Amino acid sequence: MNLSDFTQSSYLASFSGGLLIGFAAAILILFNGRIAGISGILGGLADAHKGDKIWRVMFLLGLVTAPFIYRISFDLPTVIIEAKTIELMISGLLVGLGTRYASGCTSGHGVCGISGGSLRSVIATLLFMTAGFITVYITRHLVGI
Amino acid sequence: MRAANAFFVGLVFGLGLIVSGMTNPAKVLGFLDLAGVWDPSLALVMVGAILLGSCGFAIAKNRQHSLLGAPMQLPSATRLDKRLVLGSLAFGVGWGIAGFCPGPAIVSAAAGQPKAWLFVVAMICGMTLFSILERRGK
Repeated sequence: MNLSDFTQSSYLASFSGGLLIGFAAAILILFNGRIAGISGILGGLADAHKGDKIWRVMFLLGLVTAPFIYRISFDLPTVIIEAKTIELMISGLLVGLGTRYASGCTSGHGVCGISGGSLRSVIATLLFMTAGFITVYITRHLVGI
Repeated sequence: MRAANAFFVGLVFGLGLIVSGMTNPAKVLGFLDLAGVWDPSLALVMVGAILLGSCGFAIAKNRQHSLLGAPMQLPSATRLDKRLVLGSLAFGVGWGIAGFCPGPAIVSAAAGQPKAWLFVVAMICGMTLFSILERRGK
């Protein structure tokens, strides 16, 4: 079985990707004592003191290196971005502001927080997923953008 | 050593996002579209991630220091406040508009998607706005 057959099985691919993400989160908390939350790592960069900056920068460097490493052996999966320029700008602002106020995003609350048994993270995850479901319902089925 | 490990973790995390399908906004929106042709597969990303993540956090909770000697910085907040609720709702709306959350957007931008760059720049503006408002509030 080659990787394209494998990735066509979307469930298996999603589950395997999830295992990699969970493994990464576990390694970061066990070895560095830090939470693998993307919005916190990136957003906290500006206010972090010098000794707290290096691991953040290194994590982000690893993250942006991932597609290049992946591309050595496989074709990157198709990416379809339907959102228009103005939608990308508004959604980016909302995601940036929202994740900082909420102290976490899909990774910080959805993966790490829930893995650590935090009620705050369970609530945050339920809220952002519900807001996501409602937003897509409105844009696709009511307004029809 | 900790810096090298952070790089390794970022790399594995990014590979996980690519393999899982999270870096494709069309797939994410398909997952969020309950009333359309719902694609539930992305739910398994969380199942897989929490499966291994919870093992790591269960061990971490009983330790004062990490395996590389850093203090264990587990979140201590327990309050369900307005910031958590409104922030999460705003994030969810933004996520539903374009199908991007922070990690996948950064990976897609790195892979050379111009629209992902635009999203990431707007997201950093949002984060910076938060930092400015926080400093002003103090």
